[in-house]
Amino acid sequence: MLDFIQQVIGGVALGCVYGLIALGFVLIYKATEVVNFAQGEIMMLGAFLSFTFIATLGLNYWLAFLLCVICMAILGSLMERLVVRPILGYPQFSIVMATIGLGLVIRSLVGIIWGTDDLRIETPFTNGVVKLGGLVIAEDSLSIIVATALLCALLYAFFRFTRVGIAMQATSQNMLAAYYMGIPVKRMFSLIWSLSAIVACCAGILLAPITFIHANLGFLGIKAFPAAVLGGFGSIPGALAGGITIGIVESLSGFYLPEGFKDVAAYVVLLAVLLWRPQGLFGSNAMKKV
Amino acid sequence: MSAHIRTDYAQSDQLFASRASVIAYAALGVLLVAAPFLIESYYLSQLVFVLIYAIVGVAMNILSGQAGQVSIGHAAFLAIGAYSAAIAQKYGVPLPVYLVLAGAFTGLIGYLVGLPALRLHGIYLAIATLAFAFIVEEVLARWESVTHGNEGLMLAAPNVFGMKLGTNGFYYLCLGVTVVVMLAAINIIRSPTGRAFLAIRDSETAARSMGIDTARYKTSAFAISAAITGVAGVLYAHKLSFISPEMFSLAVSIDFVMIIIIGGVLSLRGAVFGAIFMIMVDPMLIVVKDKLPQITDAAMHGIGLGEPIIASIQAGVLRVVNAPGLKSLIFGLIIILFIIYEPMGLDGRWQRVKAYCKQFPLARQRSARPQRMFLKSERR
Repeated sequence: MLDFIQQVIGGVALGCVYGLIALGFVLIYKATEVVNFAQGEIMMLGAFLSFTFIATLGLNYWLAFLLCVICMAILGSLMERLVVRPILGYPQFSIVMATIGLGLVIRSLVGIIWGTDDLRIETPFTNGVVKLGGLVIAEDSLSIIVATALLCALLYAFFRFTRVGIAMQATSQNMLAAYYMGIPVKRMFSLIWSLSAIVACCAGILLAPITFIHANLGFLGIKAFPAAVLGGFGSIPGALAGGITIGIVESLSGFYLPEGFKDVAAYVVLLAVLLWRPQGLFGSNAMKKV
Repeated sequence: MSAHIRTDYAQSDQLFASRASVIAYAALGVLLVAAPFLIESYYLSQLVFVLIYAIVGVAMNILSGQAGQVSIGHAAFLAIGAYSAAIAQKYGVPLPVYLVLAGAFTGLIGYLVGLPALRLHGIYLAIATLAFAFIVEEVLARWESVTHGNEGLMLAAPNVFGMKLGTNGFYYLCLGVTVVVMLAAINIIRSPTGRAFLAIRDSETAARSMGIDTARYKTSAFAISAAITGVAGVLYAHKLSFISPEMFSLAVSIDFVMIIIIGGVLSLRGAVFGAIFMIMVDPMLIVVKDKLPQITDAAMHGIGLGEPIIASIQAGVLRVVNAPGLKSLIFGLIIILFIIYEPMGLDGRWQRVKAYCKQFPLARQRSARPQRMFLKSERR
């Protein structure tokens, strides 16, 4: 039983990372109808930046975190401006491929700049553990869970109470109507990309201590798709719930099932969900107009 | 774009648009048949890869270009075709039989994968195919009693009714299969099935209200596309004579999508253009890796920069040129630039050049822009 709970907590921590990446997908998808396949690579870029700030430049963890977030916000809107804006309105297929191309570019640039070795960063939580009865929880995992909860609260407040947040919601509900109301829709798109890059960057920095930082970290982004689909792709709480579910499923199947199941568990869940309830657990099923 | 003016329904069913195109294709056919005697074996081998990629391009075109469904997991179908060939060959099945059987089997799998496609569209489908590709790759790596896991499988030389095919023979086999697949694809496209695909691509809801059974046509698009890819997989396995699971990774699926993006999704010609382009990237890359450091060196000495600056820039150039990720960097850039600046692909450019020549003083740039849709359409 203790093993089980231990696995579940590990799964929740990993699932929070999936959830944060999925959140990035959902933010962009809701606002712009674009699915950003480069989200995992953006997360990876965040992790590598944190390595530069923390390990190479020797900055304080919190300062480095802040710098990373600022850098990624700028990079995020830059990506939107350079890659996505020129092709806005093209078929979905083209846009998906453009973001896949963006992902390839980021991954290989990261490989050229930082090399292909495994890198590590030290954080205030490294090696710390919290004992709770018989349970032993690494502070790293705990920090992910706490930070995810904090980030979600912040996002909620942002969308609920700030003018920009409400304008973003309006944009995502109806682009044209928002435009008529005087909302600068194009700038909103840039901001959404920044926001989603920030979320991905946080995921990357939180994940960095529990895995190595390497050029294949971006593939985690693909595992976040099942999370987003499970949550219904349009729903922010859904993305998080989906991420945590996928994390737990993966962690448990790694522990109880034979080798190999861990890697595909997320995709099996994904296909099952698509067959059984394609709109996701939290999605709404509205018919589209012609 | 130049408009085709049709005065009769029979004209839209013709195989060739005009007498000129009959002659052009006949000339191309003669050249391709004579190719083994005209070019060196290295180029012939590249040509075989072009043919195989062109077959996959046709499959992608039917699925994405005609029926409008997205797949980023087609490497899985190639893998299924290739493994079926390897296993069938081990049991002594003759090549023509397993060529057809592997195609049929892959088509069946494609049909099963297409079943969720009944309820999905757009991005969900892309993600489902991605998941399917990962699962297939993992199964191939783990099901060791049949696939030998990561050790892979060896294939004997292709053997048609007791006659061993050499390099030339295999080239002719690939050429023959390509021609058959092309003709089949053209016939599918100009049949009611193909017209239904187009209707589904342009608007699924409108197609359904016109009485088209969208579910049936979407799965059949998947099945046809998968079957063609499976056939390509058989040829691919024989070309390489060794297959292992990591040869069918996500990168290969992305290559396949690149074929039609670069070539152009609207016509089968695009599949061939895209295949030629994709196969040419590797040899070009080798040339660039060889020559670029020398060129930059000469250029900097020409400008007259100081020795230490040259040394540091040269080190940077070498680092980029020798980076393991260089190919994917270039691929990524190609994808993005093509989508932004050449959204109709090489075939679209070719059509525009032709149209420009035909209507010379009257040609207009604006008439060739792709249409943009700003309405929310794919949201469920």
